[in-house]
Amino acid sequence: MIRRGLALFLLWSVGAPALAFAAPERVVSMNLCTDQLALLIAGEGQLISVSHLAREQRSSVLAEQAARVPVNHGRAEEVFLMRPDLVIAGTFTTRATVEMLRRLGMRVEEFAPANSFDDIRVNIRRMGALLGREARAENLVANFNDGLADVEAAAGGADPLAALYYTNSYTSGVGTLADEIVTASGLQNLSERYELQGTVKLPLELLVMGAPDLVIGREAFSQAPALARENYQHPALRAFGAIAEMQSKYWICGAPFTLQAATNLLALRERHLANETLGQ
Amino acid sequence: MSSRAPSYPVLIGGLTVLSILLFAASLLIGPAAIGFWDSLAALIAGEGEAATLVMREIRLPRAILGFMIGATLGLSGAVLQGLLRNPLADPGLLGISASASLGAVIAIYTGLSAAFALALPLSALLGAVLAVLAVQALAGAHGGNLTLILAGVAVSSLAAALTSLALNLSPNPFAALEIVFWMLGSLQDRAMTHVVLAAPFMLLGWAMLAGLGRSLDALTLGEDAAASLGVNLRRVRLLAVFGTASAVGAATSVAGAIGFIGLVVPHLLRPLVGGRPSRLLLASALAGGAVLLAADVATRVLAPGRDLKLGVLTAIVGAPFFLWLIYRTRRAML
Repeated sequence: MIRRGLALFLLWSVGAPALAFAAPERVVSMNLCTDQLALLIAGEGQLISVSHLAREQRSSVLAEQAARVPVNHGRAEEVFLMRPDLVIAGTFTTRATVEMLRRLGMRVEEFAPANSFDDIRVNIRRMGALLGREARAENLVANFNDGLADVEAAAGGADPLAALYYTNSYTSGVGTLADEIVTASGLQNLSERYELQGTVKLPLELLVMGAPDLVIGREAFSQAPALARENYQHPALRAFGAIAEMQSKYWICGAPFTLQAATNLLALRERHLANETLGQ
Repeated sequence: MSSRAPSYPVLIGGLTVLSILLFAASLLIGPAAIGFWDSLAALIAGEGEAATLVMREIRLPRAILGFMIGATLGLSGAVLQGLLRNPLADPGLLGISASASLGAVIAIYTGLSAAFALALPLSALLGAVLAVLAVQALAGAHGGNLTLILAGVAVSSLAAALTSLALNLSPNPFAALEIVFWMLGSLQDRAMTHVVLAAPFMLLGWAMLAGLGRSLDALTLGEDAAASLGVNLRRVRLLAVFGTASAVGAATSVAGAIGFIGLVVPHLLRPLVGGRPSRLLLASALAGGAVLLAADVATRVLAPGRDLKLGVLTAIVGAPFFLWLIYRTRRAML
């Protein structure tokens, strides 16, 4: 009897997640952006692991919350041993790992990175649906829409020209979330003027010729030296004053906290406009 | 063949004109489309507007470094080939460039060069000197082609591996991506600060190498004959080693390791100067500068905005040439 009961129990425990449409109970996230969406949306105890990146202060907004959840390093073996009933990965998560988990019979859902405010809404709602937390997701979307409306209301009037200039001379052009953030904050994106598509290199010459009012960079990920930030030291940049170094964690992932990136830009813009009036 | 070769002054004049034209092309070609006269006006008479910044702070240092580094590689190749009487000698193949890269990497990624700017060229110089000494010790004074190349390959691989190791161990996530820069070289966004840092060491190296022409001429007769003609072999070796190390070390410390120019350029010119090392030196320096300027312009024209590495282009041209050279050398030995 005991053996039969055990067999039934095993059958139930294996079959249940696949059969039932009930919300998953053991969710593992393997990507910094899905980590943070899941941390915001999941119910108590539903999320059993997030990626180790979610604890990095410089890249994760929710590092504190992530500290209370066990971490994974995106390896198939460790994720499998956590016996999740849902694995959430980014479309850029190692292909080999995702394929391996699928072969092992895991349910893996992939999220594409958000390239627009619309993508953010879509991703929040999809995460809500996957976790059975639709109400929470709707709530977040409504707050996000309100916050965005506030940003856009505050961003009226003059729109100074801003150059996004990251480490290794990269910039964000048309079709990127960063471009939408810049535009929503009442700034013009220089890369848009050059019709640059996606995240590409912005040649220093073009930046200088564009004569932007503001050069917006990213803070350093590490104090250890590397050539990656040498572009910030170039003498040709001195004419544009100090580079405004934004906190990367608000820019990496599209999420409700993306509004913080826009709010920071708004403050930068205010300062610039105030200085300009002062100068005149 | 020799009857059709141009006279030496004509050759030098032609190479000088070619270098000047390519230097001008390097100044005039770039992602920012500035007209011909506007560029010149901005370069010479501009007063702080955007075009002036582009010309003086971005394109001018790039063109200067392009010529100087190319000249360094051409000159060092010519001297090394003359000194070792070996057509395969070249700073890249002998591991000098790779070791200089390693020296530069150690200086930059430990933070030493941030604290003390001269640490960068000095550390690259030290790496280059060690490489020459190691190759000479391995191949011996009378080493044949094969031993010399094998020693160069060994030193080169070791230096490249240690460079990769140092960059992979850096806590900065970007460092590992910069392996490509140190292996293939680039002049992207080099500034006047780099010129100021590297140029003195390159000029010092040139000065040490430039006077070696007559001794190298004598060396074509063999070491004993050269010694009987009054050539101080110790002095020649010392000047060649430290001159090459100083110039190549400084060049590599600001632009990474750029291969094949030191190999190919002296070879192409040797028939044109009647095989005389003393005449090859200046010609190789000018032609090396011209080749590197051309390669650097090509990176901007072929793949604008993608920072195509210089070593990619020099290898695409240089590696087939190297194969042909090996083929011919092998046939000559049969």
